[in-house]
Amino acid sequence: MIKFLKNYKIIAKTVLAMIIFSVIFSFILSFFYLKTEPVILKSEMEAKKRLLLQVLPSNIYNNDLVNSYIVIPPNALLKNKIDSKLYLAKQNDKTTAVIIETTAPDGYSGEIKLLVGINRNGEILGTRVIKHQETPGLGDYIDIKKDSWITIFKSISLDNTPKRDWAVKKDYGKFDYMAGATITPRAVIKAIYNSLIFFNTHKIELGINV
Amino acid sequence: MFKESIINGLWKQNPGTVQLLGLCPTLAMTNTIVNGVSLGIATMLVMSIANTSIAPIRKFIPDEVRVPIFILVIAALVTVVDLSIHAYAEPLYQTLGIFIPLIVTNCIVLARVESFASKNPILPSFYDGLFMGLGLCLVLAILGAMREFLGQGTLFSGLNLIFGDTFNSNGLSFFDQYEGFLLAILPPGAFLGLAFMIAFMNWVNQKN
Repeated sequence: MIKFLKNYKIIAKTVLAMIIFSVIFSFILSFFYLKTEPVILKSEMEAKKRLLLQVLPSNIYNNDLVNSYIVIPPNALLKNKIDSKLYLAKQNDKTTAVIIETTAPDGYSGEIKLLVGINRNGEILGTRVIKHQETPGLGDYIDIKKDSWITIFKSISLDNTPKRDWAVKKDYGKFDYMAGATITPRAVIKAIYNSLIFFNTHKIELGINV
Repeated sequence: MFKESIINGLWKQNPGTVQLLGLCPTLAMTNTIVNGVSLGIATMLVMSIANTSIAPIRKFIPDEVRVPIFILVIAALVTVVDLSIHAYAEPLYQTLGIFIPLIVTNCIVLARVESFASKNPILPSFYDGLFMGLGLCLVLAILGAMREFLGQGTLFSGLNLIFGDTFNSNGLSFFDQYEGFLLAILPPGAFLGLAFMIAFMNWVNQKN
C-alpha cells in the first residue's frame, strides 16, 4: 500500500508537469499563430500575384486577376491530380486573356507546375514555372530565377508553330535547350502544348470566340 | 566558462564535424553558401533559445519525463521561428522550405538541452547553445562554399533571395562558361566534402 502511494505520487507529479508544460506552450503557440497569420496570408497572396503579373502584361486587363478564376477538376490535358485554377483577365468585362495552371507530370524528378498566359488569339503571352524539383544547376534553368529560358515561348501559338516543331532542337523541334538536361524541357514543352490545346477546345466556354 | 564554450562549440566538440549530429540538414542544405548559412543561423537561433529557456525551469522538470518535455519545448520554439520567418522574411522561407520544421528532429538541439542546459544555469547554457550553433553554422558555410565553388563555379549565388534584388542572383562567378561539376551539388558531394573537413580537423588535432 505504501509502495503504491509512493508510485502514485510520482505518477501524479509527472502527469501534472506534462499538463502544465503543454498548456503553457499551447498558449505561446496560439499567440504567435494569431499574430503571424494575417501577415503570412498577405505575403502568400502577394507572391502568387507577382507570378501572375509576370505572365500577363498589366495593360491588357483591369479586373482583380487574383480573385477571378474558375476551378478545373482533374483534366487529361492539364494533367492536374487536384483542382487547378484558370484565371480570367478581363478588360471592361470582356475576357482578354487567360492564365492556365498546368502540370508537366514527366519532369526529371517529379511534377513541374506551370502558369501559361494565353491571349484571345491563342498566342502565349508568358509562361512561368511555379514549382519544380529539377536537379539544381542542371535542369533548374526552367525557373526564371535561374535563367530566362522559359521566356522563349512568348508569342508562340498553335497557328504559327505546327505540331512537329513542338520539341527541343535535339528532337528536330524548334526550341532551344541546355546541354545535359533534355528531359526537363521536353516535359515543359509538352505541358505548354497541351495547355494550348486545352485553351482551343474550351474557347467558347471561356467566353472567347474569335 | 565563456571561453570553454567557444572552444568546445567551434572546435573540440563541433556539432557538425566531431559530434556528427544533425547530418540531415548538413548534407541537404549546403549546396550553396547562402542556403548553408541561412539554415545555420536558424539552427543557432533555435539552439540558443532552447538552451536558455530550459535552463531556468530545469529543476521543475521531473527526470522521468524530461525528454518529452524537452521535445515539446523545442518543437514549440521551432514552430515560433518557422512562423516568424514565414511572416517577416518570406523569400528566405521559400529557400529554406521544409528544413526549418525539420530543425526539431535535428538531434543536436535535443543533445545540447539534455547534456548541458538541463544541468547548468542560464548564462552558461545560453553560451553553449550560441557557440554550438555557431560551430554548426561555420561547418555549413564552409561546406556550402566548397560545394558551390566546385559545382557551379560561383560563390554567394542566391543572395538576392535574402537581401532583395540589389544583389546579382548569380553571385560571384569565377569561370567563363563553367560546365559545372554535378557530383559536388548532389548529396554524395556533401558526404565527400564533410569527410574532407573531418579528415582535415583530425590531421590538425594529431599534429598538436
